[in-house]
Amino acid sequence: MENVMELEAQFQAKIDRGEFIEPKDWMPEKYRKTLIRQISQHAHSEIIGMQPEGNWITRAPSLRRKAILLAKIQDEAGHGLYLYSACETMGISREELNHQLHTGAAKYSSIFNYPTLSWADMGAIGWLVDGAAIVNQVSLQRTSYGPYARAMVRICKEESFHQRQGYELLLSLCRGTAEQKAMAQDAMNRWWWPSLMMFGPHDAESAHSAQSMQWKIKRESNDELRQKFIDKTVAQAEFLGLTIPDPDLKWNAERGHYDFGQIDWEEFNNVIRGNGPCNKQRLNHHVKVHEENVWVREAANAYAKKNAKKSETLVA
Amino acid sequence: MSQGINSSLIKFVVRLGDNNLILGHRLSEWCSKGPFLEEDIAMSNIALDYIGQARVLYSYAGQLDGGKNEDYYAYERREHEFTNALLCETPNGDFGMTVARQLYYSVFAYALCNALLKSKDETLSGYAGKAVKELAYHVRHASDWTLRLGDGTEESNKRMQHGIDELWMYTHDLFATLESDKELVAAGIIPDVAAMKGEWLEQVKDVIQRATLTMPDVNAWQMEGSRKGRHTENIGYIISELQYVTRAYPGCEW
Amino acid sequence: MSSNDNQFPLWEVFVQTKSGTPYKHAGSVHAADKEMAIMNARDLYTRRNEGNALWVVPSNAIVASSPEDMGAFFEPSNDKAYRHPTFYVIPNEVKHI
Repeated sequence: MENVMELEAQFQAKIDRGEFIEPKDWMPEKYRKTLIRQISQHAHSEIIGMQPEGNWITRAPSLRRKAILLAKIQDEAGHGLYLYSACETMGISREELNHQLHTGAAKYSSIFNYPTLSWADMGAIGWLVDGAAIVNQVSLQRTSYGPYARAMVRICKEESFHQRQGYELLLSLCRGTAEQKAMAQDAMNRWWWPSLMMFGPHDAESAHSAQSMQWKIKRESNDELRQKFIDKTVAQAEFLGLTIPDPDLKWNAERGHYDFGQIDWEEFNNVIRGNGPCNKQRLNHHVKVHEENVWVREAANAYAKKNAKKSETLVA
Repeated sequence: MSQGINSSLIKFVVRLGDNNLILGHRLSEWCSKGPFLEEDIAMSNIALDYIGQARVLYSYAGQLDGGKNEDYYAYERREHEFTNALLCETPNGDFGMTVARQLYYSVFAYALCNALLKSKDETLSGYAGKAVKELAYHVRHASDWTLRLGDGTEESNKRMQHGIDELWMYTHDLFATLESDKELVAAGIIPDVAAMKGEWLEQVKDVIQRATLTMPDVNAWQMEGSRKGRHTENIGYIISELQYVTRAYPGCEW
Repeated sequence: MSSNDNQFPLWEVFVQTKSGTPYKHAGSVHAADKEMAIMNARDLYTRRNEGNALWVVPSNAIVASSPEDMGAFFEPSNDKAYRHPTFYVIPNEVKHI
């Protein structure tokens, strides 16, 4: 009988060789726990993220935009589902995942605790929030857990339309009237900093980073990903003619990157702790919908059971 | 095409477009509120089908009507200018109510599009060719759920029955016709919609009975008026949300 | 766990993208019955015209080999080079073989 340390060494060697871990493979309990935490948090973010955008479906100002927005939010639901499926391969049920969300045991991305106040927010979310998410997700296509990596590949393929539709929406506003442009700038002002916070705390303060990097659950650090996002977004903002609300933002030729100002971590921590403008609203919505529809799920189960019996009798 | 028949056709096409837009709007309200995640996705798909159909129909109406665009019909008309069936604007209610509305509407729309396949108007028959496939799926979805809820638990049976009963009074209005439809029927452009009710009744009855539910009283009085722009109070709220941005910022491109 | 929760059994979804090609595993869905499973699979995995045909299978009906079996199952076929056409040397003059 091999002991745990040997198994762990083999496990790490497998990861170092760049092989994927599959559901039935032996894995350290902490690897499993870390993954469940990360994947479920990611899945919950997709699902809770439907709300701030869903808020605007009935008010979209053209039929084209309405169809795009609905299709996009539906994609988020689909992505949540791919991720729940990946999570379920580790032996945790959808019921348990829901329960963790409802009791606050599992988190979701804080960005969705901010309100969507204008139509321009639909553009800013697509361009900045999905843009930040994509930087992270592209890197996760090489994550060590097979089902998670495969879900990411599928998600990345579908996600790029999300960012482009957001940018195109803002482009229409920026090329429109002064009022429309002001609406776009206001959205930029509100969504820029929360988007940077999406990458999480600085590497030095990140509680889970080192081990996750060693296990290749994460492939690039929070700060590296954040820098990548900023570097590619600045020129896109300039093209729109929008100002990034950071007076310290400037090109650093020596580093070959943009320098940027201090992130307000106090706000970040408070929003995580539940003090964001919409924390309660978002979670209550999910719980309420869940409870209001218990009868539907019960009915479908009862009907399925009855019919399974009927077909058994037929066979007999 | 003569002036008269052109204006009759516009009315018919806009009616059908309005049905699709308003029902799609209602279904889109379910987004993030579905009874479980998979069903949330299913309802968004159906909503997208209707919004897509509305766009095709509005574009065609605009083409017949001096080059108006699809958004004119959705965003620039007043409540009384919308001619959607009353059924389409009823509130979502619980999932049983929405399923009942879907059953009533999709069985109707499927039969209508099936008949429009033979339309002498190529744009309409082309539209129907695509729509009929989507609607076949909607009928299947609605029928399946009527069975599950009707023959599920005691509570779901009660709720499904409630949906079937509450919405019954709006169903006759689906078949409403205008005097101007007659020349379109005569020209082989549209079917006689009023005459389609018998078959609809048989199909709906079949599903309702298989779901162990009770058929509403077929002879009960039913509301009408949508084709003349007489609505329920619901329409005002739908339109005020739908048109809020474009009314607050008139004349903009989005 | 909330006693009022039941998210239905899990089903595995296989999609055929083009007629004649093999069915490939796409992921999974939850559904109460077969009909719901195939419709949920359609709504989730063929939103972008990826589908020509679908299979859904109850997840618990799938039997998988386990990692411990890997050696016993798959290594024995490693040394049977004679199963491959390139193992055999045929003179160049001989055509169409």
